Amino acid sequence: MLGLKIQTPAIESVQRAKLSDYITKIIRDRYLLLMLLPGLVYFILFKYWPMYGIVISFEDYNLFKGISGSPWVGLQNFIEFFQSPDAFKLIRNTFLISFYNLIFGFPAPILLAIAFNEFIGKYTKRITQSITFLPHFISTVVIAGLVVNFLSPETGIVNKWLHDFFGVSPINFMMDPKYFRSIYVSMNIWKDIGWGSIIYLAALTGINGELYEAAKIDGANRFRQTWHITLPGILPTVVIMLILQLGHLMEVGAETIILLYNPSTYDTSDILSTFVYRRGLVGTDYSFAAAVDLFNSLVGIVLIFLANRLSRKLTEHSLW
Amino acid sequence: MRIRMGWDDIAFKTCSIIIVWVVVIATLYPFLYVFSSSISNPVAVLQNKVWLWPVGFSTEAYKELLSYPPIKVGYENTLFYTIVGTAMNITLSSLMAYSLSRKNLIFRNFFILVVTFTLLFSGGLIPTYLVVKNVGLINTRWSLIIPTLISAWNLFLLKTFFENIPKELEEAAVMDGCSDLQTFYRIIVPLSMPAITTITLFYAVGHWNSYFNALIYLNDPNLFPIQIFLRDIVIGSQSTAAVDTVTSVNSSIMTESLKYTTIMIVSIPIILVYPFIQRHFVNGIMIGSVKG
Repeated sequence: MLGLKIQTPAIESVQRAKLSDYITKIIRDRYLLLMLLPGLVYFILFKYWPMYGIVISFEDYNLFKGISGSPWVGLQNFIEFFQSPDAFKLIRNTFLISFYNLIFGFPAPILLAIAFNEFIGKYTKRITQSITFLPHFISTVVIAGLVVNFLSPETGIVNKWLHDFFGVSPINFMMDPKYFRSIYVSMNIWKDIGWGSIIYLAALTGINGELYEAAKIDGANRFRQTWHITLPGILPTVVIMLILQLGHLMEVGAETIILLYNPSTYDTSDILSTFVYRRGLVGTDYSFAAAVDLFNSLVGIVLIFLANRLSRKLTEHSLW
Repeated sequence: MRIRMGWDDIAFKTCSIIIVWVVVIATLYPFLYVFSSSISNPVAVLQNKVWLWPVGFSTEAYKELLSYPPIKVGYENTLFYTIVGTAMNITLSSLMAYSLSRKNLIFRNFFILVVTFTLLFSGGLIPTYLVVKNVGLINTRWSLIIPTLISAWNLFLLKTFFENIPKELEEAAVMDGCSDLQTFYRIIVPLSMPAITTITLFYAVGHWNSYFNALIYLNDPNLFPIQIFLRDIVIGSQSTAAVDTVTSVNSSIMTESLKYTTIMIVSIPIILVYPFIQRHFVNGIMIGSVKG
């Protein structure tokens, strides 16, 4: 055995040692690998196989011919999409809904967290906080249902109040494109303001209490304390959260929108993902829809990379 | 040393208190309104007389709704998806998370990369749908369970938690002759109950509330979860007949009350368990932020 090893070239013996090292490790970790296996199969089957399926956006996909049998059309689906009048509208709507969501939805939880911080009573604080987290766990269908019913022109409480207090005649909110974005953004704020505040509350508890004491002695009132101590204290968290959200600017899920929109509000409510859903799953135009979806994902990835670079430049933190 | 509060401090405090209470009231009001409407006299609901407290009292809408077969079917389906789905979610997630939490696992970095990449990029709606179709899950119960078996996010939360368990405990178990599997269920699982509970609840709430996968993967009303019926009754839909059936079975007097009643029976389980479990959810966020 020893003699054999000396005779073989050095590289080969290193390779062999490495290989046998791997085999020993695989045998050593056999149970760990077994525990990992079902999960790994899941990720390959339901996450990586669909990634391969993206190929259909460059094909004229036919369900019966399959991915390999369908004819290749190159960029035709993309060209068709960008030449269609829908393209501009869909991109604009996706961006605007997300943008309004960001500028109104982002500061709301920060404001709430700072307000919570003024609460001294332990139980009041805990109970009020718990209440504000609740909507995060209520299903989208229920929340969208509440919105639709509250805004209904016949029986909605909002129209009732508008009529009783201001004498306004019933407004059909869900049918008018000009209200859609406001409704969607308000709904999101209502749903996530409490849940979103948790992370800032955690950041607030990390601020050294002595800073406030010192500021008080120097005669700073609460507003100045908030401006000079609280905000700088939570700034790193704020920057990270902002950058994460910027990265997801073009990702608006179809799930909520399809519950709220209808053809009469498509002018403002139809976005890339809802279009993909309608065209692909309702209309079974798989290739075209997959192409639009791929475009949406690519924009998303570019944004995430940009946001990450920005984060690395501005702060010490980045996603990778 | 005590410093007197100036008027501006009082103003600040008042603003804060107002903000918090406005948010709390805005959060609670819709729930109270729905509850009141669901137990009010259906005629009062239809005439828009309810705005805060119940007007009259009637459980007619509940009786009507619960005697309506699809609601029972939907509720049972949702229970099935939630229980079976969550059990499979948490089992596979914690097994995989433990394996990945072991620093000396062979090819560990590669496996972690495989999972991380899916957070960044996905095949998208259409290719995923086609895979589910190709493996023959369309219009079966498993289509709501298998395509969402593991959430990479929850997986990493568990992994982080397992990594923070002192290594000495595992080493001691190995000394005593435990295999990796035995170490996992004898040592790691009992020590990680808070994290496992949290993630289980995340998965369970997700199943209870999910409707989109049912919408795209199922056509058979006998397999629909309750959320689909809820959508049809409350929001109305172009595709299914549930809403027509409900409204034609009852005189139109009940229509409005039925909507609120349906919202109640779908949300009650969540609202009832919420006070007991919300602590765990907040813990969940904290586990995640330990790393970041």
